[in-house]
Amino acid sequence: MMPTQKLLERLLAPALALAFAMVIATVIVALLGEDPFHIASVMLSGSLGSLRSLANTLEEATPLILTGLCVAIGMQSGLFNIGGEGQLVVGAFIAAWLGVKVPVSNAGLHVALCLVAAGIGGAIWAGIAGILRAKLGAHEVINTIMLNYVAFISTNYLVNLPYFKKPGQIPQTFDVAPSAEIPRLTFVYNYTRLNAGLFVAIGAALLIWIVLSKTSFGFEIRCVGHNPVASRVGAISVVRSMILAMSIGGFLAGVAGAERVLGVHKHFVSPFPFGYGFGGIAVALLARNNPFGVVVTAIFFGALASGGAQVDMVTSIPRELVTVIQAIIILFIACEYLFSRYRPRMRVLKDE
Amino acid sequence: MVSSRKGKSQGEGEIAVRMDAISKRFGEIVANDGINLTVYRGEVHALVGENGAGKTTLMNILYGLVKPDAGTITVDDMRLPVERGFLGTDYGLGMIHQHFMLVKRFTVLENIILGFEPSRGGFLDLRAAVRKVEDIMQRYGIEVPLDRRVEELSVGEEQRVEILKALYRNSRIIIMDEPTAVLTPQEIKKLFETIRMLVDSSHTIIFITHKLEEVMEIADRVTVLRRGRVVRTRRIDEVDPEELAIMMVGKKIEAPRRSKHAVSMESLLSLHDVSLRSSRDIVLLSSIDFEVRKGEIFGICGVEGNGQDELFDVAIGLQKPSSGRILFRGKDITHLSTAKRRALGIAYIPPDRVTMGIVAGMSVKENMLLGRQREPGLSGTFFLKEDAITNLTQRLLKTFGINPPLPDAEIGTLSGGNQQKVIVARELSREPSLLIASQPARGLDIMATRLIHDSLVKHAEAGGGVLLISADLSEIVELSDRIGVMYKGRILSILERKEADEEKLGLLMLGFAQ
Repeated sequence: MMPTQKLLERLLAPALALAFAMVIATVIVALLGEDPFHIASVMLSGSLGSLRSLANTLEEATPLILTGLCVAIGMQSGLFNIGGEGQLVVGAFIAAWLGVKVPVSNAGLHVALCLVAAGIGGAIWAGIAGILRAKLGAHEVINTIMLNYVAFISTNYLVNLPYFKKPGQIPQTFDVAPSAEIPRLTFVYNYTRLNAGLFVAIGAALLIWIVLSKTSFGFEIRCVGHNPVASRVGAISVVRSMILAMSIGGFLAGVAGAERVLGVHKHFVSPFPFGYGFGGIAVALLARNNPFGVVVTAIFFGALASGGAQVDMVTSIPRELVTVIQAIIILFIACEYLFSRYRPRMRVLKDE
Repeated sequence: MVSSRKGKSQGEGEIAVRMDAISKRFGEIVANDGINLTVYRGEVHALVGENGAGKTTLMNILYGLVKPDAGTITVDDMRLPVERGFLGTDYGLGMIHQHFMLVKRFTVLENIILGFEPSRGGFLDLRAAVRKVEDIMQRYGIEVPLDRRVEELSVGEEQRVEILKALYRNSRIIIMDEPTAVLTPQEIKKLFETIRMLVDSSHTIIFITHKLEEVMEIADRVTVLRRGRVVRTRRIDEVDPEELAIMMVGKKIEAPRRSKHAVSMESLLSLHDVSLRSSRDIVLLSSIDFEVRKGEIFGICGVEGNGQDELFDVAIGLQKPSSGRILFRGKDITHLSTAKRRALGIAYIPPDRVTMGIVAGMSVKENMLLGRQREPGLSGTFFLKEDAITNLTQRLLKTFGINPPLPDAEIGTLSGGNQQKVIVARELSREPSLLIASQPARGLDIMATRLIHDSLVKHAEAGGGVLLISADLSEIVELSDRIGVMYKGRILSILERKEADEEKLGLLMLGFAQ
């Protein structure tokens, strides 16, 4: 009874945002002289209409689940980690490095090594911002943004070193050893780039949900996110909770980078394909930082991306339309989010 | 200078402000309950009362920031459009808030003229502004460097900027909300000089405070508020400070409900020469020395703002003392974290329920868990014991009569009294050996207060110790075995309950040691 009602209430805002975005997208499409219903059907078939499109959708969704979780767990502790992009790039580079250079013949072991190392790299990257915030009060938004650039530029430098660089015009590494490749899910569709990383991502969502809702550690993180002062009085180490929440998020973003390298591209290239880290922010916002919501939302954004690619190919509408739709959704959600988050505080201020 | 104010009663005839039957409630809390207030022109009118007595709300109503539910306001014989809403500045009112409303990155001059910039032909006429502000500074002897940025100023200087701002806007009536709270003694002296200058040129000052010595020094008349009502308005030469103190904290001191029981001599918590200094090097606690024994309620009373909150912080480990030692059952806990102190058997009720005691946005059940999330009975190595937590919550909701008795309700939907009961239930159910309770019944109704008092007494009678910190004198006298009086960060005296009467305590609270 009550939980159902609560769930519906929570779903209302994202649903409304979605509806508004669709209306606006329809208008734009009509103005560009295409039939909105035709475009919608192309979108649908391009994202879910066949096994091939479904595989594309899930392939796009895989890193978004991980980066979405990265932002969500930060938010749960009250911190806005917008450094997912940089943490992902760090993870991607480490995965490529170990995938190319470390001779491990056992395939499972090699993949696991690369994933964990990439995760640790991302965790350290995010942890730096977490420590700066928790210990010194330096704002995590600024720090994660700056660390993004540090990650882009330093990986670009490293990949151009002769030790890493594959000879040629493009600054990229050699392909990883076959033992380091994440197996592709060819049983879904023969030529897909969808890989077993999807299961890692879904497993991560499950794990994060369990940690947040079932463990004392997760309880502490949520307390800190809601009221750091009362948490401190309640004998919770706010510093520790913040740093760990950031690091766990960074770990997941790092794993997302490894998934892209080991399962999709096979190598690290600079600049690294852009947007999954920032996409995670939108995913977490729309999912209201709920781990399962993140999975659903990431698949939805994955569908938009793969459907958009189809639209781009067969109609005159560019795929950027999808980006526009995403932006509108985020805008509406952000409005709702800001209001629900800050309304109580505004009321308190007035009452004083 | 000081004596020149007293006895020089300004003409009680010209009424500057008249507030009639002002009422205001926020949700369940009645902040102002039919308040009448008359302020004469050219007087310093002190408004005193405890936190939550309704002083600030009343002044926010007068200044037009808060709309009252009922009542009328007249300023200089002009009826203010209360129902429609109004701006105090339009009627010659100025308000200096407790937290200054200044743009830190702007210069002093820019802050003063903000919103009322003189212009000539559409351009900002800074020269005219400087002339006017300098004229005001000279007339009232207020000095602030106009070209400095506000962020470079001291707190005292910032306050002077606020005063200048009010004068620049031609305010004749200036409301000051606890203006001395953040000032050093020297800055306070300077502020008082300014106030005297202003009053001499027929400005009217309404001065909110809970420091009685300041009232006696600067005010012509004083109005005491308690729980949203006016206790009395008196001329300052007709009252003495003890009388005011009693009016503020509540007159009746009831016979203690405590049965006789043995207080052992065994010490639970002891503080040895504990001092605390702020980052601005202001002395917050100075050489605190006392012990709480088994089976004892040790009360700390005093006018608020004399170091009670800092004492609480130091006792539970939120702040580390600058010097001195804290022992718990003979073990040195001076450098232990809050978590470790809790594990040793110390529980506490923080002074500020909403910011320190509960986590709004989370459920009653989760709030019952706060601070106990690592207790073996409620949590394993990793996982919380869901069933144990629910059972505990249901049991406590019942024992403490918490309404509504729903473990999954969001705690913010409960009334203040019920939120406080959640905190008390949580802390006492840990069966601690020492309970540190700061303002445990503040803002609660009689029934909730009674329940919480009974819980404290029961705890002591069962052999536990209680350190009770409260600004409510009757609460202290009613419950405590021994009473320490705090004044300016020190414990002036420790009295046995038998030797403590209201007169003695009142004098001590004002800093008059025998």
